[in-house]
Amino acid sequence: MALWKPDPSFYPSARMAIQAPPERLAYVVTFDPKTALGKSTAGKPDSLAVIDVDSSSSSCGRIVGRIELGAGNELHHFGWNACSAALCPYAPHPHVERRYFIIPGLRSSRIFIVDTKPDPRHPALVRTIEPQEVASRTGYSRPHTVHCGPDAIYMNALGAPNGEGPGGVFLLDHDSFDVLGRWEVDRGPQYLAYDFWWHLGHDAAITSEWGTPSMVENGVNPDLLLGGRYGHAIHIWDLRKRRHLQTLDLGAEQQMVLELRPSHDPTRTYGFVGVVVSTKDLSASVWTWFRDEKGWHIRKTIEVPAEPADPNQLPPALKPFKAVPPLITDINLSLDDRFLYVSCWGTGEFQQYDVSDPFQPKLTGSIRLGGITSRAPHAKGGELNGGPQMVELSRDGRRVYLTNSLYASWDEQFYPEGLRGWMTKIDCNPNGGIKVDDGFFVPFEGERPHQVRLEGGDSSSDSFCYP
Amino acid sequence: MTAEWPWIAVAAMGAYHGLNPAMGWLFAVSLGLQERSRKKVLAAMPPIAAGHLLSIALVVALVGWGAVEISPRTLQLGGGIAVAAFGAFRLFSSRFHYRWVGMRVSSWDLVVWSFLMASAHGAGLMLFPVLISMPVCRTFSAAGAAPNAPLLVQTGVGVVLVHTAAMLFVMIPVAFAIYDWIGLGILRKAWINVDKIWAATLMGSGLLVLVL
Repeated sequence: MALWKPDPSFYPSARMAIQAPPERLAYVVTFDPKTALGKSTAGKPDSLAVIDVDSSSSSCGRIVGRIELGAGNELHHFGWNACSAALCPYAPHPHVERRYFIIPGLRSSRIFIVDTKPDPRHPALVRTIEPQEVASRTGYSRPHTVHCGPDAIYMNALGAPNGEGPGGVFLLDHDSFDVLGRWEVDRGPQYLAYDFWWHLGHDAAITSEWGTPSMVENGVNPDLLLGGRYGHAIHIWDLRKRRHLQTLDLGAEQQMVLELRPSHDPTRTYGFVGVVVSTKDLSASVWTWFRDEKGWHIRKTIEVPAEPADPNQLPPALKPFKAVPPLITDINLSLDDRFLYVSCWGTGEFQQYDVSDPFQPKLTGSIRLGGITSRAPHAKGGELNGGPQMVELSRDGRRVYLTNSLYASWDEQFYPEGLRGWMTKIDCNPNGGIKVDDGFFVPFEGERPHQVRLEGGDSSSDSFCYP
Repeated sequence: MTAEWPWIAVAAMGAYHGLNPAMGWLFAVSLGLQERSRKKVLAAMPPIAAGHLLSIALVVALVGWGAVEISPRTLQLGGGIAVAAFGAFRLFSSRFHYRWVGMRVSSWDLVVWSFLMASAHGAGLMLFPVLISMPVCRTFSAAGAAPNAPLLVQTGVGVVLVHTAAMLFVMIPVAFAIYDWIGLGILRKAWINVDKIWAATLMGSGLLVLVL
């Protein structure tokens, strides 16, 4: 449906999007670990849950709607059909609606198209793209990240249908949601995939590395990890010509280079990426990539050390190390490019850094929730397990929403007693500092929550063509 | 009908294209913002105008060729059907999210982009009803006289130049007004979806030509 005026949730620049009204609803995908791991066929179906986050509402902090999408998909990341990138000058189509969620099943490779109108609290399934369609048109499988681009919906996938690589990027039509095909013209040495995003103002795309489906689906493989075989590089691409330009290798000890957060200001050419674990000392880190006259570079700018622990408190996989690795699994950058939020899923710490100088991050806030040994409690939820994992930040930069599940088979290794799903909210001071909202706690019974998306957009949903 | 009205129509359509963000000023402003340079805004204007001009000139040349080579009735029917069909296509299809270039563009890229953008919107086709109603075209149709080639070329060049000049006359001040003081926030309120009206008008004018 075409609108008469641009969708009111589209903003020319990130600066303007900060002025957007606060979100009243949050959308969270959930899955049942039993069916995701194939332990049972009878379980809860995966679903998209709708959570009331309007502080003036009597049902704030409660699940007010949901749509069930079938068992065993392992819903993971998802995104909107359209966003502020529709205002880009070279391919403008501002009268489309931000309306549909594109929700891939990371395990099943099915892609669900869900309509959030006419009733935003009760979304409806409008189309299911079967894995065969993705495979036959792209050669890819295990779809992961979704970004609404200026000309199409961009998605990526971890690998090929047989469970090996390469993983890569593919396109969906904006209107019909048909799978258009593989994006890369020349992938160079790139083989592993995890996340992707771009610097629209510089026609540059960035992709990161986790592992192929066969390397991740049965849990972390210690041999691959200690052998430095999981991803340890990011790749720079020409977004326009779809060609690989440069590999930035962080070093084989930097295992699993995941979430990419480029500056929202399209005139800038830097961004942040989180590394889950170093095989040298179990530390986790955040790196800053940047461009100068000589090309693209990357440098470690944040390091979070492992915390010593009593082996009796540790899961079998960690006992020999006598330490809890922080495991930076997700990061998020505020729309003004000022604050970076960092999830340490292992220790349960959640950090806020002032990154006004992207090469000198300053720690400005820290809280604890859950954690492998600390089990830091929440006032309303009691003792927690799991840790801060997926981070989503409101457009005004004042509210963070956290969920605690990473990936079914990996949850079992780090939280073998069974991870109990939760969603919490953190209040952020615009001048630095964070605090847990004691009154907001959403428990998930028999299911685990993953990515959060906010009504109208959030800090990782939109791309902007204007500064 | 007076002799001036086709020229007024040609200029008015140029002014309209100048006002439409999708036709060029928005791209020029974004290039200026990206480099923080007013000069870049101005530098984008000639290639954008050139691409638009080429797209218009193509249609004008085709009509001119038709005026000389084919019967007036055939030209009227063929052109009318083409315009109506393009309008119908634009009205009922929404697949128009092509990506021809990116944000790092050369002048040549801008020429190509502007040519494709104008062509995809049927900017030249909209001129068809005006063109065939011009005296220089009508003379042949009425009298079956030998075509006056120099006058035809002169008029054609005139149409293309008047249209493009009118577009620039609007596009340049709009771009600088947005760049210097209004800001892009205005897009959120003022970028009205005229695509479907435009498509319906194209279809209507094509059909009108057919029955005239």
